Formats: sequence, structure tokens, C-alpha cells
Amino acid sequence: MKITLDADKCCAAGQCVLIAPEVFDQRDEDGVVVLLDAAPPAAQHDAVREAAAICPAAVIEVHA
Amino acid sequence: MTARPIAVVGASAAGLAAAETLRRSGWRGPLTLIGAEPHLPYDRPPLSKQLLHGAWEPEKLRLRTEEQLAPLDLDLRLGTRATGLDVATRTLTLDGAESLACAGVVIATGVAARTLPGTDRLTGVHTLRTLDDALALRGRLTKGGTPAGEGVAGGGGTRRLVIVGNGVLGCEAAAVARELGHEVTVVGIEGTPMAAAVGTDVGTLLAEEHRDRGVRLLTGTVEGFDTTDPGDGRGPQVTAVRLAPGSTSASGGAAGGTRLPADTVLVAIGSRPAVDWLTDPALDTTDGLRCDAYCAAAPGVYAAGDVARWDHPAHGRPLRFEHRMNATEQGMAAARNLLAELAADGPTGTGDGTPAPERRPFAPVPYFWSDQYDLKIQAYGLTAGADRVETPVRDRAGRRILALYGREGRAVGVLAAGLPPRQIRALRAVVADPLPWEEARERIAAATAAG
Ligand SMILES: Cc1cc2nc3c(=O)[nH]c(=O)nc-3n(C[C@H](O)[C@H](O)[C@H](O)COP(=O)(O)OP(=O)(O)OC[C@H]3O[C@@H](n4cnc5c(N)ncnc54)[C@H](O)[C@@H]3O)c2cc1C
Ligand code: SF4
Repeated sequence: MKITLDADKCCAAGQCVLIAPEVFDQRDEDGVVVLLDAAPPAAQHDAVREAAAICPAAVIEVHA
Repeated sequence: MTARPIAVVGASAAGLAAAETLRRSGWRGPLTLIGAEPHLPYDRPPLSKQLLHGAWEPEKLRLRTEEQLAPLDLDLRLGTRATGLDVATRTLTLDGAESLACAGVVIATGVAARTLPGTDRLTGVHTLRTLDDALALRGRLTKGGTPAGEGVAGGGGTRRLVIVGNGVLGCEAAAVARELGHEVTVVGIEGTPMAAAVGTDVGTLLAEEHRDRGVRLLTGTVEGFDTTDPGDGRGPQVTAVRLAPGSTSASGGAAGGTRLPADTVLVAIGSRPAVDWLTDPALDTTDGLRCDAYCAAAPGVYAAGDVARWDHPAHGRPLRFEHRMNATEQGMAAARNLLAELAADGPTGTGDGTPAPERRPFAPVPYFWSDQYDLKIQAYGLTAGADRVETPVRDRAGRRILALYGREGRAVGVLAAGLPPRQIRALRAVVADPLPWEEARERIAAATAAG
């Protein structure tokens, strides 16, 4: 799995961090998403897919 | 006989989330997504922010590319309106003609902007709900939008925008229009902007932000519009908004006349759930489509997003949210519950032999945000309808605020602006379940003390 972000669209909802805290974080200044691990291990894949689906700004793209 | 499809009505945030979840949860039968607008699913929050501002173009609002939609194998019907649903047979009518007998239906038709009588034929009076609405309004606010000869400096000079309605949408549009250099007046029935959504404490702070940037805030009721007919065949053009006698400026003084000159008017007075097409008496469509805790409106018929009013298990009363986050979460929940119901009822076409999941009540922690100027407001839980509000942090100079909302002795919502993201996420836990008020206050203090 490979993750890309369109961080420019991020509304700083932080849902991705709640769902997959090992993969996503937020910048302290403005809450914009930060990618901690662009190619997370299999154990994280479900959480990442859930985060991508729930993100209210369609920021997170998951590539197989 | 070909298998019956599951149909999702409404091709926006909630409908798209439902369609994707149906596929991810194993629905291999036909899947129809019906959307009245001609556009591929797009996101609405940027309409009153980046799109209106001109910073983003429509492509950026697209929720999925065509390549991302392809694997869903959708029968995608854009520019198509559902006009009826027979609940007993789960049969949809499309555009008043075609019948579509379905295995299940997810209704995600959202809400439509409310308008004022007599405005539909007036040039210059706008609403802001769809991409087409936003592009039309942007056309008037940005350079070259107003043809020469309408009494306005061509090329983006200062023009007068009157916004009717001082809710969240009106305030966001006011901020953008100020940044674009327009003279902006906001007229609301309520004395404080956004008070219905966030209460008067937070509303008062926001009012100060707007006043600091030169937005004029008035309390009043619109009586009518003055118009002129330029005689170019396009019909009457708005020139002013007339207020009923007794309207005042929000700081208490007289409004200085009840006629507000306007080149453009935005009517942002809330919305009506898009349920007019649901006339089957088996459905309760009072203030949205009434659903149970599973988001079911009837057997095999589920609803999600702005249109759905369902029994929230943690709050013990029917609720309806017009929040972007809820649209996705409820779309996912409704889709899962529909599949669980179909599986329990017999062969479903999921066909991979996995045991049917149980239906689960939908019990989200609501989340809402709004951007005005460089201020980002974020809220968890319920901030509307509170009987008690406290603002433990209220630092106007630092532009930081934290408010706690209570109802019937319990803390039900929290709102923050200008706090670090970690603290804001910690606040979510405080209102995930309504806690006794005092306990919530202590937890708020702890969450904001730990930097
Ligand atoms: C300008 C604007 C700014 C916003 N900003 C924020 C924000 O900052 N934060 C936030 O949390 N929320 C915000 N929201 C709210 C958020 O956008 C909505 O909660 C969300 O879009 C709801 O999604 P939905 O899919 O339920 O409904 P909608 O997005 O309204 O989609 C419903 C779709 O159904 C279609 N439809 C309607 N009737 C029919 C029919 N009979 N047949 C077929 N199709 C039909 C419509 O054309 C529409 O495309 C904003 C909304 C607007 C309009
Ligand atoms: S969930 Fe989406 S919008 Fe929210 S912080 Fe994560 S990437 Fe940004």
C-alpha cells in the first residue's frame, strides 16, 4: 500500500489521526495532516482505508 | 430475471460514501447511483470558501476521479431526478417516467436552499448550495462578473453585497466577499450571527471579527427588493433590499434607513430537506426523512446525510445534522445496515458465504467546522439547542476560544478555535458520551492544561 495526500484540501478535522495515529499526524500550527508513514505495514491497512473513506475533505488517496 | 439493484439516490458526499461502502462490504449485484445534478460527486464546504474566493477551480472539489469511480462498477445516472418511491415494493420512479424495482434503497438527497418569495426571476439574487450556484455568485463577485453599464465599475471594483441570513453560510460568504474587497452587509433575524448554531457567546466573538474587517451587521426582516429593468431582455435586476420597520444595527443603533443598496444579494436563510419527492405515506418526512437508530426509514429503505433525521442512541431524541462529516459516516453506516438487513432476509447476491453482519445503531460524535478569515472553528457533539453554555477560554486578542454546551444537566458539545490540534482532538472524548456537566468541565480543564 502507498498513500498520497492532497494536503492543500485538508480541513484539519483530525479524523485520520484518531483512526490511524501511526500513519497520520497534524501540524501544530494549523492542524493540516502530516503523513508519518507513506507505506504502512499490513496491520495498518484497514485503518488507513477507513481514514481515507471518512476524511471529510477527500485528502487521502490509497494506492494498492 | 436480472438481479435487482441497490439504488442510492443523491450523488454527493453521503450517497458516494454509501455506494463505496456497499461495494467494500461485499455487494456484487447491480448498483445504481442517481444524482439530479449533472456533475460528478463534488464537495460542498469549499463552495463558500476556496471556490467562491477563486482560489480553487471546480475540478479541485471533485470527490473522486473517473478512474477512482470505475472499480465501483456503477450504473451512474447523473442529471436524473428520483420523483417517487413506492416503499412496499421498493420501486423508484426516475424523472417521472422510468420505474426501477430495487433490492434496497439509500436516500441521500440532502437539502435545498430556502429562498424568499419573488426572487427567482430577479437578476443578482443568489443562493449558495450547489456548484452552479457558487459559480454564478462568484461570477458576480470576481473580476468581470458584472457587465459594464450596470452602474458598477467593471473589473472588480468595490461593489455592494447584501447577505440575507446570518447563519454559518452567510458568515462564511461575508468573510470571502470582504477579502475580495466588497462592501458587505449581513442582515439576520437573530441579533447575533450564528447564534442558532453556536450560541450567543461564540456568536458575539465572531461578530466582532466580522465588524473588525468592516462587515456591517444588521438585525431585521426583509420586506422586499427594489429593482430596475435594464431593458436588455434579462428581466429586473436587484438594486436594494428593503427591511421591515424596526430593523437595527447589531450594536443597538438604528440601521440608518431600511433600504440597503445592493448590486448582489445572497439569500442564506437555511434549507429544506429534499423530501418533496417522497410522498408514500409509509414515510414520515417532517423535517427530513425520519429513521430509526439504524438509519432505516422502512424495511429496505435507509437514509443518510443532511436529509436523514434519526434516533441518535446517545442523545435519546431524533437529530438531523447538516455537517459534512456526518454525511460520510452516516452514508457508510446506512449502507452496512442495509446489507445486513438484506443478508438476514435471505440470499443477497453478496454470494461469498461470509456470515451476515449485525445491524448496528448509528451513534457518531458529530463534528463540524467553519472557516472565516483565518479563523477555523471546530466543534464536536451538539452545539445547537443547548440550555447552558460556558466559555472557559475566551482570549479575543489571541483569537482563541473554547466553549462547552450543555443540555438537561449533561455536557453535549464543545467548540474550539485557535487551540492546538492535539487539544482539540482530546476535547472530542469529553463529549463522545454526554457526561454530567461538572465532570465534563473538569475534563475540559485537564485537556486544555496538558499543552
Ligand atoms: C456552501 C456550503 C458550505 C458548507 N460548509 C460546511 C463546513 O464548513 N463544514 C461542514 O461540516 N459542513 C459544511 N457544509 C455542509 C455539508 O456540505 C453537507 O452536510 C453535506 O454536503 C451533506 O451531504 P449530503 O450528501 O447529505 O447532501 P448534499 O451534499 O446536499 O447532496 C444531495 C444530492 O442529492 C441530489 N438530489 C436531491 N434531490 C434529488 C432527487 N430527487 N433525485 C436525485 N438526486 C437528488 C442533489 O442534487 C445533491 O447533489 C456546507 C454546505 C454548503 C452548501
Ligand atoms: S481527516 Fe482529512 S481533513 Fe481531517 S486532518 Fe485528516 S486529512 Fe485532514
